[in-house]
Amino acid sequence: MPKPALLSSEQMAQFASRGFLMMEGVVPKRINDQFLNDIGKVPESEISDPMSYYGKVMGTSAIPVVNAGVPLSEAYPDENAITKMLALPKVAGAVKSLVGDAPSFDHHFLHMTFPPSFYEASSRPQASQHWHQDSTIDPRQAFDVQIMYFPHAVTAKMGGTRYLPGSHLRIVSEAAIGRYQNIKGQQFVTCKAGTLLFMHMGIWHGGGLNLSNKVRYMFKIRMCPTERQERLWDTSDLGNDHHEQRPIFWTGLKGKTNPIHEMLTTPEPWFEYDTGRLEYINRVLFWRYLLGDDSFDADYWLTRVENEYA
Amino acid sequence: MVLYTANSALDTGVIAWSFYDGTGKTVHMAGDQNDPPYRTGLDALLDGWRLIQASPLISHVSGDEFRTDYLKYEFFFEKMIEQVVQMEGL
Repeated sequence: MPKPALLSSEQMAQFASRGFLMMEGVVPKRINDQFLNDIGKVPESEISDPMSYYGKVMGTSAIPVVNAGVPLSEAYPDENAITKMLALPKVAGAVKSLVGDAPSFDHHFLHMTFPPSFYEASSRPQASQHWHQDSTIDPRQAFDVQIMYFPHAVTAKMGGTRYLPGSHLRIVSEAAIGRYQNIKGQQFVTCKAGTLLFMHMGIWHGGGLNLSNKVRYMFKIRMCPTERQERLWDTSDLGNDHHEQRPIFWTGLKGKTNPIHEMLTTPEPWFEYDTGRLEYINRVLFWRYLLGDDSFDADYWLTRVENEYA
Repeated sequence: MVLYTANSALDTGVIAWSFYDGTGKTVHMAGDQNDPPYRTGLDALLDGWRLIQASPLISHVSGDEFRTDYLKYEFFFEKMIEQVVQMEGL
């Protein structure tokens, strides 16, 4: 089996700062085709509404029913499309970098977003899914990863998953954020077939409105670490200047600066002025956790408030 | 209409927004717009919206000062629209 391609430090810093990593078209056609053939097809004549379609697909699907907590490596049969997807070097490397060598399986689910025709006979109006954070209030520093697998191309009309970069460190209670409709900087997945989105469990997201004439599929797998998530990626590229502070506020003509510091202190369009600074602090705390090194800081945000004398 | 701003001042930029239309004439939902309806909360006042609620400023809990959660600066606005309602039996 080829060696897993571990993430670089810049990829990890992007994950720490924005809460996701996108791998566009990384899953080859043969695996996407197998997955789509195996999920359980239902003749269109038998489709009456979204819920009955879900029931029929679940009853015929080759997607295994797996107990929570089993090792991820044992969750799928050898010839299953997901086994093949997880074995791709870039995918195996990202999983190993984020959740270690032996993650456990939490759950998986085949999400389907239905076109307008599915709602014609239903009393339920077609609507996008409210913003939410998965699971429940989760204040850990350890983190789970959710892989969103898009086995076919997703066009804008298909209502690809909506997500909010940089929202992963906000501690909220699941759909309590459903009141918000639009947030500056929100993203909508449009992608090639075989795209994967690796998400921190805390990312705010929701399903979009499918206005095409096809069902949109997205398969999500949640996995949990079974070890301390410290320096699991390829750290050989961490520069010597990684711990060096740089000028702040009065910066002159900015030259080249450390890209990791840059990522950790780049705001998202929706950041409030004051809590945006707390986001930088929380990103630095997260990066310290990943490094296993409490001496790291970026732009003095933590050093300043830690300057205490007994 | 609900606007979320970048700080507690109504004349700062809108970072998030929602519409709930009680007339039923328009339907809004998550992810349906990319651009805010107003640049600031003040612009909404100038356009005839009435501010009916603003989120209070809450002290930070000791030991939890860096915690972030919900959008902090929430302003509820209303606009009264005249509408003829057909009453059954009248």
